[in-house]
Amino acid sequence: MTSVTNAEAPPRVSPGRRLSTFFYRHPRLRLAALLALPVGWMVVVYLGSLVVLLLSAFWDTDPFTAEVVREFTLDNFRDLFERDVYRDVAWRTIRMAALVTVADAVLAFPIAFYMARVASSRTRNLLIVAVLMPLWASYLVKVIAWRTVLSSGGVVNWGLEPFGVQFDGLSTVGLWLVFTYLWLPFMILPIYAGLERIPNSLLEASADLGARATTTFLRVILPLAFPAVVAGSIFTFSLTLGDYIAPGLITSEQFIGTVIYQRRGENLPIAAAFAFVPIVVMILYLLVARRLRAFESL
Amino acid sequence: MTGGRHRLALWTALGLVVTALAVVAAGCGGGDDGGSASTEIEGLGSSLEEIQELAREEGEVNVVQWAGYAQLTDEFKAATGCTVNTKDGGSSDDMISLIQTGEYDGVSASGNASVRLMTTGDVAPINTEFIPNYADVQEGIKGKDYNSLDGEPYGVPHGRGPNYLMFRTDEVAESTDSWSVIWEDDELAKYKGKISIYDDSIFIADAAVYLKATQPELGIDNPYFLDDEQFNAAVELLKKQAAAGVNYWPGDVAKQISEYTNGDSVVGTTWPYQYLQLTNADPAVPVSAIKPKEGTTGWSDTWMIYSEAANPNCMYLWMNHMIAPEAQAAVAEGFGEAPVNLKACELTENENHCSEFHADDESWWEDIYYWTTPTADCGDDRGEVCKTQEEWEAAWTEIRG
Repeated sequence: MTSVTNAEAPPRVSPGRRLSTFFYRHPRLRLAALLALPVGWMVVVYLGSLVVLLLSAFWDTDPFTAEVVREFTLDNFRDLFERDVYRDVAWRTIRMAALVTVADAVLAFPIAFYMARVASSRTRNLLIVAVLMPLWASYLVKVIAWRTVLSSGGVVNWGLEPFGVQFDGLSTVGLWLVFTYLWLPFMILPIYAGLERIPNSLLEASADLGARATTTFLRVILPLAFPAVVAGSIFTFSLTLGDYIAPGLITSEQFIGTVIYQRRGENLPIAAAFAFVPIVVMILYLLVARRLRAFESL
Repeated sequence: MTGGRHRLALWTALGLVVTALAVVAAGCGGGDDGGSASTEIEGLGSSLEEIQELAREEGEVNVVQWAGYAQLTDEFKAATGCTVNTKDGGSSDDMISLIQTGEYDGVSASGNASVRLMTTGDVAPINTEFIPNYADVQEGIKGKDYNSLDGEPYGVPHGRGPNYLMFRTDEVAESTDSWSVIWEDDELAKYKGKISIYDDSIFIADAAVYLKATQPELGIDNPYFLDDEQFNAAVELLKKQAAAGVNYWPGDVAKQISEYTNGDSVVGTTWPYQYLQLTNADPAVPVSAIKPKEGTTGWSDTWMIYSEAANPNCMYLWMNHMIAPEAQAAVAEGFGEAPVNLKACELTENENHCSEFHADDESWWEDIYYWTTPTADCGDDRGEVCKTQEEWEAAWTEIRG
């Protein structure tokens, strides 16, 4: 009965209701309205500022006032190729990123393996908290703490003193230690996730087929976990490549980030041109990582 | 198949967006035609009384400064109603890019920033009538090319000081009186990895000061105007030094202070500020700071007003405040420099401060070369053959390696 009365009543539809009907009938517009804000943000604020920055790589500066002159030029890129220092700095940075990645992979694998396959669930939770904990502390505090550890009056040298050894901690080697420490959690977590996903049945099958533990590890676990290692390496590699604070605090060596930081004030175009180097390196790295199926492990 | 077409569409769309943004960005780049040298700033009062009145309405002033410069800000606020917000710059390049953001009313500029700022019109000339304390500034410091352009004063002189040679007395002989400790091979070998150097291209001038004294055949006169041969000699000297292992300190002084405290650095170049911090520390760090016999670089700084300052009235009062005897005394002792208003000498806590910093002894300053912007024009009969600021910067990146 009631439904009949309702049907007879004149259709009084609120504007909100009408809007909702409109979007119901036009699913594409609905999608557009939903995505407008986040996509607009991505494109205008994120990509937009990047494009403006990278564009200035094609501009010139006034030699006296250091003001940017908006005239198209490729001189900045010619400088990058012709002056040895930029190549040296780029190689040094890439080498550092690679070494940090390797060190982190070597350190992270056993820890992740223990967490995923050996530890009781209680220990595992404790370990996860322990791995995450440093991420909750300020980056600067950690780097400056390392400075005091590595300096010539620091703990490391204090420990080495009885053996008559002097370790120059505020050096490239010291920086490698600091980076390895800083990014280790970013390597442990993907590997842990990757190892945890391996079904036990595969390991049992391997054992049933007569494989020993080392064979199972090398031929079953490692190949299955490898994409996860590559996934972790994306973090360690890219974070090292772009960092400019730790190098400035730990060493006097220049890295890509420190050069960009130093030059940005007086010569934004050359700094922007140099910024292309890590971008290109990371694009290549990601293409290789995709081939190695790393994205499926992220 | 469809996947491929989708991806193509996606990339096309992305490409279009990026192109569109690029066009917009290029369009945005309106050039400014430099400043017309006028002391008139929009919103500035036309008399001292009006300035004081308008300042109360502004209520704040935002300044870019060398760390430790702003002094007696509470007193200033009580007297004028202007709250002082400071932002520290670590180098002259920093100062320039900060003031060019347009968010600040003024800057304490050294010569290698002020010359560029005056040329670009980012700072405005001042009307000294509105700055009563200007009359007390030492005449010898007024009208120099780092604080005036075409005879017009841009801003008020703030103070001057030397870049010292500083060393730990437990590692380096106390009788040291020469820069040779950071330039000569045998000395470099001794202090390998423990040499502390200011991380800025302007430090090339310090190499030139040493070469001027030790290699007269190069004919260096002004260490900021170097032709090819002189410049290359300075760069070579710096590369040799860098190879020996150097700790570079950026304008942020904390790094150098902690290095000298820990013994990671034992000899190098510094500002009096760090020297005072180290000797006043508890326990005091055994350091000595001197002006070596070859002379040294130094600075003579100027408070300048941004040509489109949002709070010009507060900024005018601030410039007047910073050259008042009280603020001058506080800065001179706090940062470690010579005041430009000698009335400050009676107010310093250390009554000998002015004589220790040779505030009134022009002869002491003769071999101190104030920071200035290197330009192609050498300023002498060599003509336009000198290395520009840009070349100094590029060379500095190479020296750092």
